[in-house]
Amino acid sequence: MGFEKFGVVSFTSQTKAAPFIDHLEKGVLAGTRCKDCGTFFFPPRPDCFKCLSSNVVWSEIVGKGKLVSYSTLIYAPTGFEGDLPYTIALVEYDKKIKIFGRLSKEIKPEDMKIGMELTHKVVRLPNDRITYEFVKA
Amino acid sequence: MKEVALVGVGQTAFVRGYEGSIRELAFDAYKEAMLDAGLKADEIGASIICSAPEYDKQRTPAGTLAEYLGLNPKPTFYIETVCSSSSSGLRVAYAMVKSGLHDIVLVLGFQKMSEISSADSQERMGRGSDIMWEAPFGTMMPAYYAMHARAHFQRYGTKEEDLGLIRVKAATYGAINKKAVYQKGVTLDQVLTADVIASPLKRFDCCANADGASCLIVASKDRATSLRKKPVWILGAGAATAPSTMSGRESLTGLACAREAAQQAYKMAGITPQDVDVAEVHDCFTIAEMMAYEDLGFAKPGEGKALIRAKETYKEGKIPVNVDGGLLSKGHPIGATGGSQIRTIVLQLRGEAGEMQVKDPEIGLIHNIGGVGVYGNVTILGRD
Repeated sequence: MGFEKFGVVSFTSQTKAAPFIDHLEKGVLAGTRCKDCGTFFFPPRPDCFKCLSSNVVWSEIVGKGKLVSYSTLIYAPTGFEGDLPYTIALVEYDKKIKIFGRLSKEIKPEDMKIGMELTHKVVRLPNDRITYEFVKA
Repeated sequence: MKEVALVGVGQTAFVRGYEGSIRELAFDAYKEAMLDAGLKADEIGASIICSAPEYDKQRTPAGTLAEYLGLNPKPTFYIETVCSSSSSGLRVAYAMVKSGLHDIVLVLGFQKMSEISSADSQERMGRGSDIMWEAPFGTMMPAYYAMHARAHFQRYGTKEEDLGLIRVKAATYGAINKKAVYQKGVTLDQVLTADVIASPLKRFDCCANADGASCLIVASKDRATSLRKKPVWILGAGAATAPSTMSGRESLTGLACAREAAQQAYKMAGITPQDVDVAEVHDCFTIAEMMAYEDLGFAKPGEGKALIRAKETYKEGKIPVNVDGGLLSKGHPIGATGGSQIRTIVLQLRGEAGEMQVKDPEIGLIHNIGGVGVYGNVTILGRD
């Protein structure tokens, strides 16, 4: 339980990755690292497909990344209409860690540019929901 | 390698709002393929039914369709890789025939997208991506392909106009395909000034939803050479996957699953991209066709725009692509799409493509993608 709080609409409640939400609650965006082989995962996961270990630790994502690409939606799927227009994005941090999310609405369309430096911040949504977004670094 | 052949093909018209049930829709394509091959139901050893189940009210449609088509008591089963389901079905049929398990296998792809309400459709759209890590941000197919388009623009200098030219080409051929859902011409100006769906993609950059069905009949060499039509041989059948999350992708300027499937198919067929005379590619969005030119090796990475600017992918060009209107104009009834693409190439290789006919092709290629580059399928066909 807990994961159903993630994002504007969540489609999953039960997952062993639910500590992700506990970290968000503390203002931390976290991935997982395999304790046995050292592989880092984002999106986080409790199982390592490289060495088949399920021995992972949560590890904070720090620093800033660069915008890989983005798109601003004018139409949305059910449940997201109230947020329109919004911009989804992929951001690459150090060590090729890529994180998917939305750009903050504080970033004006004319300022959006592939390669721009971004960082993330936790955002609390209405109805006790929680997510993260990308802001200018 | 001429051991397994396509001996019959059929396709319904692709329409908005088919006025009938999925079994009747399937029957229309089945009938055309069976008449094409000159086969009777009891000669079909097994059937493979392909669709995207989120649009089907009927649970486990394979059983229902096998009964309606008169294929009992032969085995049937269901294959799903969303938009590439029927190409996946063809690859399985190839393996079943090549192994000697069956002499003749039928692949039927269908989708009645209008089976569910547009509200239900909007709801399902939100679940097309990874539901844990991406869907909660409000993702949709056009927006994912839009991210690929923007990455391609940035890295290679491709322009919105280049994508527009692809749409104009699709409409040129949709207008001469009586089975296309969209048979009107489109001007570059119309493409460029249409409403934005997900920037930078606009309305005409996106394919048309449709209802439709396709049917392919696959046979062993022994059977293929004694049927009504000249066999079209399956020379290569590549298939691959890539992460469904964007986080798992190396880059957004092409589709890794398509490159991998293409390499497999070229190797299996013993040909190079330059040997392909006519191709069908998965143009669910204009940028998808641009990436396909490059992923298939018709152009070097970043140089796909030169092909469309010089009209080399038109019927008279160096490598004609989607001269049946493609998904953009012919329409994209998900489970039926791959089978329709394959049918187009079979007709081309037989010289039966009518007004769409390319001059005397010997080798044809089909590129059919499921999801945003999650499932890649590349099939190569050849004639005697």
